[in-house]
Amino acid sequence: MKDISGPDSTFRKGLSKGQINLQQCDGCSRSIFFPRVLCPHCGGMSLTWHRASGAGEVHTTTTVRRRPESGGDYNVCMIELAEGVRMMSRVDGIAPADVRIGMKITAFAGEIDGTPAVLCKPAEG
Amino acid sequence: MADNMRGKTAIVGVGHAGFGEAPGFTAYDIMAQSAQAALADAGLKLADVDGLFCTMMEDSMPVLMAAEYLGITPRHIGATMTGGSSFVNYLISAGLALDAGLCDVALICYGSNQRTASGKLVTASKLPPYEGLYSPRYPISGYALAAARHMYEYGTTRENLADVAVAARGWASHNPEAFMRAPLTRDEVLNSRMVGDPLTKLDCCLVTDGGGAVVMVRADRAKDFPNTPVYVLGAAAESSHRQISQMKDFTVTAARESGKRAFAMAGVTPADIDVVELYDAFTINTILFLEDLGFCAKGEGGAFVSDGRIAPGGELAVNTNGGGLSCVHPGMYGIFTVIEAARQIRGDALGIQMEGVELAVAHGNGGVLSSQVTAILGGTDTI
Repeated sequence: MKDISGPDSTFRKGLSKGQINLQQCDGCSRSIFFPRVLCPHCGGMSLTWHRASGAGEVHTTTTVRRRPESGGDYNVCMIELAEGVRMMSRVDGIAPADVRIGMKITAFAGEIDGTPAVLCKPAEG
Repeated sequence: MADNMRGKTAIVGVGHAGFGEAPGFTAYDIMAQSAQAALADAGLKLADVDGLFCTMMEDSMPVLMAAEYLGITPRHIGATMTGGSSFVNYLISAGLALDAGLCDVALICYGSNQRTASGKLVTASKLPPYEGLYSPRYPISGYALAAARHMYEYGTTRENLADVAVAARGWASHNPEAFMRAPLTRDEVLNSRMVGDPLTKLDCCLVTDGGGAVVMVRADRAKDFPNTPVYVLGAAAESSHRQISQMKDFTVTAARESGKRAFAMAGVTPADIDVVELYDAFTINTILFLEDLGFCAKGEGGAFVSDGRIAPGGELAVNTNGGGLSCVHPGMYGIFTVIEAARQIRGDALGIQMEGVELAVAHGNGGVLSSQVTAILGGTDTI
């Protein structure tokens, strides 16, 4: 995948097409998130986009409490993907209180209020 | 060498204003009242101030607004914005500027009317680009994520967190200036409204009005003022991230590094410290900072704060004014760690005065555990 626009827009374009793409540093081979023009680990500026596997786990989690009439409680969590990057996300499909640290998840490109977003569901099996 | 900063500057005036509710006053009014209180405490006038160190939750150039409001034309300013840690960080920048002769009288000041203006915990910044979409409630969600991980890794409990709030209230109950002084029990903390698991409303800091100010001069003239000077023996900063999702280890803050360097500069260890003033925006902060500053081992913070050990009469005097949890929290609390540490050393604390305080820690936190600044302050015998 060639980087034909800025890192942020490339990431967001991928998401809107259903893909979670991560930059990997050509120098130190580490994957990074959030998207940027350099590798925060080594400063390298040669980065290549790769498709994330979606495999990961919940690193830490909280339930944001909200009145039922405003939509009720919801999950906010940190996920760590198999590629070694962490990002904020939300586990859907189970009650917020059932999201546990260490839980295996599958990240997917979804939407929040019409905006493309990385979301998660509990991993199968 | 940074070691050269040890004891080169001193705090000769402290002041505060508008604690709790100050209806009708703007943030700058409260800042100015605090500044005048600190200058009066030092026996100085606004016209003596030639170095200004300030940031506010309002405006893009708050230090210029502050100078204009005060009617001064400072020849040196510092306005680095690292959130609530900014004001502890100014001990470093003001110390360097004083030592270099860039200014002779440094005023560090802050004010906020956030309780009467909005009643909500206001943050000065918009949500980070890769987090805002998930509607975290900032800053609470960031600290809740850290607390949850600490509980997972070390078995820290909600009871441990609650005991931090109970201890803070214990100190506040003796401080006539504290906003919340009624007795508080562990069960009341545990049973108060859950805001962001595992933090309840009473695990969170207050939302109040208030301001604070500190006056600093070079040590060679520190004894020319009415109060016992409080020397800056060590001060150091470390910043690790801005967005909580970029925090490398949710159970370890940059206070480990800032603390190590501040203690080294001061030439003392945690065992030497008489009182500890920490930025307790949430109960987990106190636990994290006590661990990271070396008062207990990593993971042992929960037990360390429990059962009254950091409450009045306990083993270590922590947040002796009642902290951000029970005394005052006007958006950014950092300056109050400096003021309370200085007062404890001077012997004129507003609440419980500990006996024979010679060494105090003032520790500021900014962002979501992002910026950590540690200062070691000392009395005349430490020089």
